[in-house]
Amino acid sequence: MATTTDPVVQKRKQREVITKAVLRFCGDSGDGMQITGSQFTNTVALYGNDLATFPDYPAEIRAPAGTLPGVSGFQIQFSSNDVFTPGDSVDVLVAMNPAALKTNIRDLKPNGILIVNSDAFADSDLRKAQMTSNPLEDHSLDGYRLFSVALEGLTRAALQELGLDTKTMDRCKNFFALGMSYWLYNRSMELTYKWIEDKFATKPLLVEANKLAMRAGYNYCEATEAFQVSYEIPPAKLTPGTYRNLNGNQALAIGFVAASQKAGLPLFLGSYPITPASDILHELSAYKNFGVMTFQAEDEIAGITSAIGAAYSGALALTTTSGPGMALKTEALGLAVAVELPIVICNVQRGGPSTGLPTKTEQADLLQAMYGRNSEAPIPILAASTPGDCFWVAVEACRIALKYMVPVIILSDGYLANGAEPWRVPNVDEIPGIPVKFTTDPTGFYPYKRNPQTLARPWAIPGTPGLEHRIGGIERQNVTGNVSYEPLNHETMVRLRAAKVEGVAQDIPDVVPAGDPDGDLVMVAWGSTYGAVTAALKTERAKGHRIGHVHLRHLNPLPRNLGEVLGRYGQVLVPEMNLGQLVLMLRAKYLVDAQSYNKIQGQPFKQSEIEAKIEELLG
Amino acid sequence: MTTTATPVLTKKDFQTDMEARWCPGCGDYAILSAVQSVFPELGIPREKFVVVSGIGCSSRFPYYVNTFGFHTIHGRAPAVATGIKITQPDLEVWVATGDGDSLAIGGNHTIHMLRRNVGIKVLMFNNRIYGLTKGQYSPTSEFGKKSKSTPFGTVDRPFNPLALAIGSDASFVARAVDVFQPQLKDTLKKAAAHKGSAYIEILQNCNIFNNGAWFDLTEKEVRSEHVVQLEDGKPLIYGKDRDKGIRLKGMEPEIVHLGNGNGLTEKDLLVHDEHHPDPSYAFILSQMEDKPGFPTPIGVFRSWDRDRYEDLMSKQIKDIIAKRGAGNLTELLHSGDTWEVR
Repeated sequence: MATTTDPVVQKRKQREVITKAVLRFCGDSGDGMQITGSQFTNTVALYGNDLATFPDYPAEIRAPAGTLPGVSGFQIQFSSNDVFTPGDSVDVLVAMNPAALKTNIRDLKPNGILIVNSDAFADSDLRKAQMTSNPLEDHSLDGYRLFSVALEGLTRAALQELGLDTKTMDRCKNFFALGMSYWLYNRSMELTYKWIEDKFATKPLLVEANKLAMRAGYNYCEATEAFQVSYEIPPAKLTPGTYRNLNGNQALAIGFVAASQKAGLPLFLGSYPITPASDILHELSAYKNFGVMTFQAEDEIAGITSAIGAAYSGALALTTTSGPGMALKTEALGLAVAVELPIVICNVQRGGPSTGLPTKTEQADLLQAMYGRNSEAPIPILAASTPGDCFWVAVEACRIALKYMVPVIILSDGYLANGAEPWRVPNVDEIPGIPVKFTTDPTGFYPYKRNPQTLARPWAIPGTPGLEHRIGGIERQNVTGNVSYEPLNHETMVRLRAAKVEGVAQDIPDVVPAGDPDGDLVMVAWGSTYGAVTAALKTERAKGHRIGHVHLRHLNPLPRNLGEVLGRYGQVLVPEMNLGQLVLMLRAKYLVDAQSYNKIQGQPFKQSEIEAKIEELLG
Repeated sequence: MTTTATPVLTKKDFQTDMEARWCPGCGDYAILSAVQSVFPELGIPREKFVVVSGIGCSSRFPYYVNTFGFHTIHGRAPAVATGIKITQPDLEVWVATGDGDSLAIGGNHTIHMLRRNVGIKVLMFNNRIYGLTKGQYSPTSEFGKKSKSTPFGTVDRPFNPLALAIGSDASFVARAVDVFQPQLKDTLKKAAAHKGSAYIEILQNCNIFNNGAWFDLTEKEVRSEHVVQLEDGKPLIYGKDRDKGIRLKGMEPEIVHLGNGNGLTEKDLLVHDEHHPDPSYAFILSQMEDKPGFPTPIGVFRSWDRDRYEDLMSKQIKDIIAKRGAGNLTELLHSGDTWEVR
């Protein structure tokens, strides 16, 4: 460890071995909390803990400094056991200012460790946070282990030799806090040293300053009497393999590249920037050496219509967006259904309606994905359950789109997009092959002559001699593809398009419930509720309840055996971050008395909330 | 375009067996005929052509041209065509659109396609009316236009389509007229020869909902007095007796009369330069018809070469592959910090 080279008195302090911890950094959006959290995450990941993170930041790039709307937070749960959620409440809260303290303190466990930047509690700071008395002095924090640390003063003192201005020195205080956190959990600073060196490669003085600040934070804990105990969380027993840390947007991006390689098709992304989906565009735009074509379109509509053009020309074509952008793409989705071209549409859901909560999570676009188009326009829908699962869902969506010649919608959400977890890196041969064949033979060619198994029409791309043909949004005659207003042909085509999407069910695995295969209650869930539901299932079963959990990756069509599985349980509970959308689909399809459990706060479910609901239903 | 010998194609090769569903007497027939005549002359294999359209009468066009064709949704043809062109840059992509499709609902895509200089040729059929929805005014209808949706006349100023295209930095801007077949074909050929985006406004008569919108320019008795043909390197002369010309006085065009004793000759006239480096020149020409008494220019207003979007994108990808080597999936999966669990 780097600290061994420092001339500090190495005091023997108590080290306690524990199995898990939840830590949250919070501060002003200018305080670098996301960087601090990411660095801590990478370090504990590399050490071998399982983990889940929850970055929670405001939509404003910089709300006025020190105010309540400007608070940005980053939470991580890490453990020597499996981790399913970022944690319901936190063991250690690092608060950089009064506003951060005020908005986050309710989540700190009783007697939890509270590290506060005492330099940010002047009267003017308190006023910005709409506080009338100083919580560091008024005993309102007596229920916690409060550590008032003069983060600014101590950082300035550590950096005084460098000749930096005050503002620059103060910007390093998050690294002081990070150094303290590393000490608290006995983690090496090496990885962050390396990151600082890369990040500020062109500014040696800032490399020096940030490293010094971090080391000073570490040494502060070592040298002072403040902390008597530090913690040790041994590595988790994960499935053997190579791991990396990955968030949902990164996972989608590399999943799409993998699908393009497996299909042997160039990848095209038409997209318009929108929170929280933009990072997929950023990631893919960096992979030009894979031949990835990224087109930042003039609007959401051009994002999807350019993708339709690219698919028509033979690319594996995508568009990425979030709710409001999805609304704009609606008409073009209908076109993709009508012309039966393979595109993948990725909706990283956020709070709505309208602009709603751009940086907060929600899963209220399921019915939009199912029914949000004029007329009968069915589209297969997949949802990712964890950040790492986004990779596999991206591959699966591409496979279905290309095999069935259909648009496919992926539902992710803000929580998956930004949340990270250790991801076991697959071997390339673990990723399923995606066979694709363009039609080239003009003999007997008709643009809507279907494959009898899949009902897919041929993919006949421009540039192929003898296959010149016309397609469009006007209803076409089955087989020939000529414009047709025939009443019976229209019904045939509507039914064929529906049957094609229904037929995808023959190609997806049956669901196998987690937990008990039958019993008193089954939870049916989808998307990012996976972690909280999985964790709650575990604890409630340990209490003796006979319960199961079905997590749906395929939301349209639903797995063939789902109705039968639901029938094995006394009750069906559907927890969703909406007012009850999947529950509506299940009740309609299976005539089952499924019950809804809803949370629409822009925040993921807590494990304890699901547990309480189970106990309420089972008595 | 191709290394193999291209079979000789004829107009017939570009006709389909679909019966055209335009009203009898519609100007669209003349445009279709011109396109079907010009395509076989370009020396491009038929399978390389893609005709893309949006919605409106003009957008039925792809069904009648025996190439690859894509009838998309209202206003979006330039965006669909952009996706096609990026994916396969060697395709010959043409867009058929109208004044509503291109300038109202699709205005955004039009200007962005033009600024990017995607190699797409746009045929914008301008009949100054909404035909398919039966007679509402369009963004090019004249001020005060009485239509189904404006029984008391419009109160909004129309777009000048070519001024808009020039303002969007279009690399090829031209105007043609449905009934002037030789001029129309000539303009289509010039557009085909141009590498980047080409925007061609084709004045087209809707004989049902806006009959005679362009009679002032097309009727035999008046057309030579009301139209000036732009020819690169030649002076702007018009009139039945070719006795009128345009000259520039500063930024202002003025009409001058030749050979009536005022001593003015062709040498005093404005000589058309379609490659003029400054777009202001073409912009002045595009505004001329709005001045009382001035003729309407037809022909190529502006033609200049600049890199095409799809070529720049392909080049960027090639350069990065040359620099970093082709992407390796295993390496991508393992990128970032990794660790082993045993």
